[in-house]
Amino acid sequence: MYDFNYHKPGSIDEAIQLFTGAEDGVYLAGGHTLLPSMKQRLASPTDVIDLAGIGGLSGIEDVDAVLEIGALTAHDEVATSSVVQSEIPALAELASLIGDAQVRNRGTIGGSVSNSDPAADYPAGVLGLGAEIVTNKRSIAADDFFTAMFETALEEGELLTKIKFPKPEAAAYVKFPNPASRYATVGVFIARTGSGVRVAITGAAPSVFRSTDMEAALNGEFSVEALEGITLDAGEMNSDLHATAEYRAHLCTVMAKRAVRKLL
Amino acid sequence: MVEQSIGKSVLRKEDQRFITGKGRYTGDIDLRGQTYGYFVRSPYAHAVVGEIDTSEAESMSGVVAVLTGKQVAEDELGGLPCGWMIHSKDGGEMKQPLHPVMAATKVNYVGEPVALVVAESFDEAKNAAEHVSVDYEELPAVVSTAAAQSAPDIYTEAPGNTCYQWELGEKEATDAAIEGAAHVTRYTLTNNRLIPNALEPRAAIADFNTGTEELTLYTTSQNPHLARLILTAFVQIAPEHKLRIIAPDVGGGFGSKIFVYSEETALAWASMKLGVAIKWTAERSESFLADAHGRDHVSDAELAMDEEGNFLALRVKTTANMGAYLSTFASAVPTYLYGTLLAGQYKTPNIYVEVDSVFTNTAPVDAYRGAGRPEATFLLERIVDLAAKELGIDPAELRRKNMIQPADFPYQTPVALEYDIGDYEASLNKAMEMADYAGFAGRKADSEANGKLRGIGLSCYIEACGLAPSALAGALGAGVGLWESGEVRVNPTGSVTVMTGTHSHGQGHETTFAQLVASRFGISVDDVEVVHGDTGKMDFGLGTYGSRSLSVGGSALSVAADKVVEKGRKIAAHLLEGDVDNIDFEDGEFRLKESNRSKTFQEIAFAAYVPHDYPIEELEPGLAEKAFYDPVNFTYPAGTHICEVEIDPETGVTEITKFTAVDDFGTIINPMIVDGQVHGGVAQGIGQAMLEQCVYDESGQLQTGSFMDYCMPRADDLPKFTVGMTTTVCTHNPVGAKGCGEAGAIGSPPAVINAITDAVGVRDISMPATPEKIWRAVQEVRS
Repeated sequence: MYDFNYHKPGSIDEAIQLFTGAEDGVYLAGGHTLLPSMKQRLASPTDVIDLAGIGGLSGIEDVDAVLEIGALTAHDEVATSSVVQSEIPALAELASLIGDAQVRNRGTIGGSVSNSDPAADYPAGVLGLGAEIVTNKRSIAADDFFTAMFETALEEGELLTKIKFPKPEAAAYVKFPNPASRYATVGVFIARTGSGVRVAITGAAPSVFRSTDMEAALNGEFSVEALEGITLDAGEMNSDLHATAEYRAHLCTVMAKRAVRKLL
Repeated sequence: MVEQSIGKSVLRKEDQRFITGKGRYTGDIDLRGQTYGYFVRSPYAHAVVGEIDTSEAESMSGVVAVLTGKQVAEDELGGLPCGWMIHSKDGGEMKQPLHPVMAATKVNYVGEPVALVVAESFDEAKNAAEHVSVDYEELPAVVSTAAAQSAPDIYTEAPGNTCYQWELGEKEATDAAIEGAAHVTRYTLTNNRLIPNALEPRAAIADFNTGTEELTLYTTSQNPHLARLILTAFVQIAPEHKLRIIAPDVGGGFGSKIFVYSEETALAWASMKLGVAIKWTAERSESFLADAHGRDHVSDAELAMDEEGNFLALRVKTTANMGAYLSTFASAVPTYLYGTLLAGQYKTPNIYVEVDSVFTNTAPVDAYRGAGRPEATFLLERIVDLAAKELGIDPAELRRKNMIQPADFPYQTPVALEYDIGDYEASLNKAMEMADYAGFAGRKADSEANGKLRGIGLSCYIEACGLAPSALAGALGAGVGLWESGEVRVNPTGSVTVMTGTHSHGQGHETTFAQLVASRFGISVDDVEVVHGDTGKMDFGLGTYGSRSLSVGGSALSVAADKVVEKGRKIAAHLLEGDVDNIDFEDGEFRLKESNRSKTFQEIAFAAYVPHDYPIEELEPGLAEKAFYDPVNFTYPAGTHICEVEIDPETGVTEITKFTAVDDFGTIINPMIVDGQVHGGVAQGIGQAMLEQCVYDESGQLQTGSFMDYCMPRADDLPKFTVGMTTTVCTHNPVGAKGCGEAGAIGSPPAVINAITDAVGVRDISMPATPEKIWRAVQEVRS
């Protein structure tokens, strides 16, 4: 790890100010991507702005038809929250499948979603539920948020503060973990909502995406059979030591069927 | 004392300190004024090293010195030797290109050290290392084991990148038997390359005392005396009597810490050159790059049988990857630890094996838990299974039919070894019973009803352990003897300090050896302290590997303990005013026969050290005895492993529903520790079979350089193990033990692959059998 300036601002405004004033600033939430990258000297920010001192960024609120989850809420808190477990149990389950106990107790939802790791679990839940990403200056629809591998609609210095999850009629997340890293090789989140079925897939492609084919099929008939014969384009899939594109494309359908089965 | 005697599961004495954080590992040791070393490593698999500019790094904050491979060459340091000479079938010696302490003119694998930065802190050393400028001229890399012999030469002295072409067995007889056989099963296989990943990375501190000219090297070694011998006699770092090597608590080795590596050697040299203590601890990414890797064979095998399935001959051609240099014992692994094991548990009359060892631009490959024996067992137990399928015979029955029977011992195999004892069918029967082999068909039907595939696989393994009779090892090319030393030092109050030349880095010797000695003397294990891992404390020793510690090191202690008892009887005879022939020793008491007179072990110890009433003219005072034990044969642990799996055909995800291991380790001192060894070994074997794979890309870059990509087995990947024992006592060592450290890793991989291929209904799935490979195999079968 190279030397850097450490800051612990007490407010969002102060954090933004520090970021703006830094040569190469970075926000620190749970640190589970940032700190290993810094230790490996792959990241070398001049200024690390620790968000832990800012009040009000953590916690889960049940607001009518929406669950609001603060950016600094740890995965474990979401996984074990009785509110999340009763209102959107699939989201609690998704959080319980992230990493290991240590990761779940430090890693945060805001950090994970801002990072837009193609194999992270949360993006599937955010996109699948059609959540709203709230920042220090605006609100962004999930459909517009994840733009590419490790890229989001967040502007330079823009800070994710909370995520608003509309409560679905029902939802399920099924994950095929990478055997080594336990990230998602493929993770499929399916939500039945008032405006139709949403299918979001993480791990498979450079960024989380919705399968419109699967959504159309399930909107026609919500059954496992409806997904029969739907094969995603392997040409759009990731390929690595652990799973080829073809296998990933196959797993997308299998995991989607399993998610549907959980909802029947 | 019964609860602590041999055969009892005494809790491990060492665990109090390990589980409360009181262990003392190399990383826990800090010396006054110590500096820190960081290595500049080659980013290329194969490149000419040009100018190395250290000036910028040397000017940086805290930097003490930057030393390069070129300075190593100028100081005429010897290369790191390989301790086992293998002769090719044409009689020529193996090719042993210089393995420099740090590369001076050419680098041959990614991660090879080229310079050492010494600084006042770790961060300063690491920062400065980034500013050492090395001119590299990249060369094409040789990576593939199978294609190495047709690739450009890495070394001019090793044409065709071939280190040696070794053979064992009768070629003509084997060829003839295969030619005329009713049935021949053929199998081409790869034994996947593994990275050891001990929990504690390698570490060292070299401390040269300019006043006494003594060099102390703390290092994570499985065999500190051997390290001292190599550093003295071959590398010529320091004279043997001025070099002390301390291997304190060491967190796992699995073979990877047997070897003498560049890093600790460079540190020792640099400490003497600079007159400062230097500490280095490998970062995990350095461990991946620069610890010796394991396995990496490609083989063709043919098993010939008559109409009834009686084995007639086995012919094997193997190419073994040595990596870029010959590591300390690398040459022995695919030869005398591999070819000699190809008889397995069977009466195959003709066996011929050829092994070509090749150099590649990858990290050196050397012994890793099992070392050669897992490779032999995998090949044999896979081809036997394939033969059973081809002949339509139950795999268990084909094995049983060909097994060496108890009446056949001692049994001379066609590949040099003479097995002393065993009862292979007993292990097979017990394992089949524990695994409910008979009930498999019902379970398979249940699985099928749930849309799952179910398979069962056996592996009947044997291994040669207890390395080794020195004369035999020497005749086969070993550069060292392989006896072991032990000292039993009875203190005046009757407590005992035991010195052993073996080294415990997770095996629990401090408990097992204490039980061995305590039960002999009838004292508590708490009154026995086992000391190991310091060349300054004990006589020469050969260390721990090859499941040798109890069978060889324990035997040395057993002999030494006998000498203590003998001397005790003489002292007792004097004190009890009887004849020494009439003194019995039992349950901690020396008794004069046909009398009520006796002396306790403690009373005798005290008398030996306070010899006021003592036969001083005939007997020296004191009560401490040494023994050097050289075994007359290897030991031959054997057993049967049975794996049962259930596969989800939609994904290829495989669950091991039951794993049964029945082993014959001879006499067992501590069953709990032995079970633990089996569990750990089987976990590693399942790791090899299903999860672990070291991958280099075509340019020789390591693709699996972290735990994000190198898949280590975790608890939730593994079943609850079903472990059982059968016992035939080793005939030739006083403990009767055969060794248990490697069996799990040796026996399990073929059982797993046999089970998976059985479930899917395919001939072969290569290791690691990942979900994708299994899914593809299922697709193939279904199309």
